Amino acid sequence: MGNDTLYQKRKRPGEAFLMAAIYGAASIAVLLLLGIIGYVFFKGFRVLNPAFLTTVTSSLKGTVGIAGNLLNTLYIIAITLLIATPIGVGGAIYLNEYAKPGKLVNLIEFTTETLSGIPSVIFGLFGMVFFGNVLGLGYSLLNGSLTLTLMVLPLIVRNTQEALRTVPDSYRSGALGMGATKWYMIRTILLPSAKPGILTGVILAVGRIVGESAALLFTAGSARILPKLGTNLVENLSRIGGKILQPGGTLTIELYLQMQNGEYEVAFGIGCVLLVIVLLINLLLKVITGNARKYGKQ
Amino acid sequence: MTITGKNKNKAVVESVAQIIFTVCASFAILAVASITLYMILSGTPAIFKVGLKEILFGTVWKPTAAEPKFGILYVILTSVVGTMLAILIGVPVGILTAVFLAEVADKRIARIVKPAVELLAGIPSVIYGLLGIYLLNPLMYKLELKIFAGSTTHQFTGGANLLSAVLVLAIMILPTVINISETSIRAVPPSIKAASLALGASHIQTIFRSILPAAKSGIVTAIVLGVGRAIGEAMAITLVSGSSVNAPLPFNSVRFLTTAIVSEMGYSQGTHRQMLFTIGLVLFVFIMLINIALTKILKKGAAEDGE
Repeated sequence: MGNDTLYQKRKRPGEAFLMAAIYGAASIAVLLLLGIIGYVFFKGFRVLNPAFLTTVTSSLKGTVGIAGNLLNTLYIIAITLLIATPIGVGGAIYLNEYAKPGKLVNLIEFTTETLSGIPSVIFGLFGMVFFGNVLGLGYSLLNGSLTLTLMVLPLIVRNTQEALRTVPDSYRSGALGMGATKWYMIRTILLPSAKPGILTGVILAVGRIVGESAALLFTAGSARILPKLGTNLVENLSRIGGKILQPGGTLTIELYLQMQNGEYEVAFGIGCVLLVIVLLINLLLKVITGNARKYGKQ
Repeated sequence: MTITGKNKNKAVVESVAQIIFTVCASFAILAVASITLYMILSGTPAIFKVGLKEILFGTVWKPTAAEPKFGILYVILTSVVGTMLAILIGVPVGILTAVFLAEVADKRIARIVKPAVELLAGIPSVIYGLLGIYLLNPLMYKLELKIFAGSTTHQFTGGANLLSAVLVLAIMILPTVINISETSIRAVPPSIKAASLALGASHIQTIFRSILPAAKSGIVTAIVLGVGRAIGEAMAITLVSGSSVNAPLPFNSVRFLTTAIVSEMGYSQGTHRQMLFTIGLVLFVFIMLINIALTKILKKGAAEDGE
């Protein structure tokens, strides 16, 4: 052991290996991401053109397009958020501002946690049976939206709760001390302060909706037509509104069907559109959380 | 308007607001209760028709034959084995990446890697499926041709097999494992790291002997969530894993609990359709067990932190 001096650093070959494993794992994660995004863009970019985005696939006219699916996706996002946001924010307000710790709160937190762990196939089966058969909605955009409402609810509840927690207690006591009622305090002080957090939850929900497929396959179906619009305004409005009771496939469903049929070019085209949407959502989230941090520092 | 009248109005508004908020919060309870109820209601008729024993221990799945067989043992085993293999591949890579982000990387690099991981989580599962079927399956087919060259007993799958599905699942659980492990590693008190370094341990020894053991409950949470994600994934592996029910061997064409439901629901009728709901019920039971385990772990972790 004559060489073991304090001044010489001991060499540990095992450590070099572990360090290499750490670097290796991290590079795998990054390369996977770059590979996936790069490859989908590379394959899908060639398919993208204005006609692909603005027409509907039809063998009669010989067109290949996803306009109908884009519209269905927008419908489902809008309806789902319209239902899920008020319920989610309201629930979070109850949990954070009204509830006293106890069995009810525990149960609510457990079920919210459970909801976020249930796989989308199960939501699909439930939506098919409950909204589809029991409530008689069949395969429709409304059925799909109601099913997705259950899926995104935990996201909105949790982000709103998180945001409400960061509002200082002095705001609450200040408002109440000046004679404001609790509801007035929530409406004018808490909700505005919690806005970035609520927005984060909503945008995460949009991301989840855009990427969802299994739950929609059994609930919203796979139609890809656009509503036919004439010149009569009232009739047009009723057609646009009536669409929510008709089946409609989102972008992900169309991608799945196309790849099932071996139409990989179209599938990569849709994949490319989906990735652009996902990238935009991520960017938006960065901007919002960045802004929130900036305001927090002031 | 008098002061008292105004107060009465206010009191009404106040209590209405409170009631509305309570109803909103109870929505999650209602949702989970009705999902449980309807999964049981629609999953049990087939059990009474076919018999629990034949379903759970039967290995033959021929739902559309003249004399139909509804054994889902191989389907259950495929989900269990497939999930385990995906965890075996995905968790080490995920934890090491989390160590890299929290302990090894300098801030500038972490600032690039971290968003990349978050993006990986946001990619829709159908895209993973598309890449699986377009890139992974042909590769697997080449491998299959080499390994089973000359074999007369092997059923060639064209690359759509258990191994392909496992690889796709392993990639898909990465973001979950990385994010939660990283958070728990960062939550380890700096005093533990400082004490270990001060005693003369190297950085690597500190990471593997002090920091990771201290972050244990968070890492277990990450693994359990990864299991939940892998066992519940459907669309990414439906086309990648093959189209017939077989024992879960790496190069066999297999059906998972999820993929059986997705690929057969379209044309199923009668008892076959009821059986698919029974498969859904089995999956639901698995998920509930995982959820309960998760709650226990989280509580234990919180109790340990409180000590």
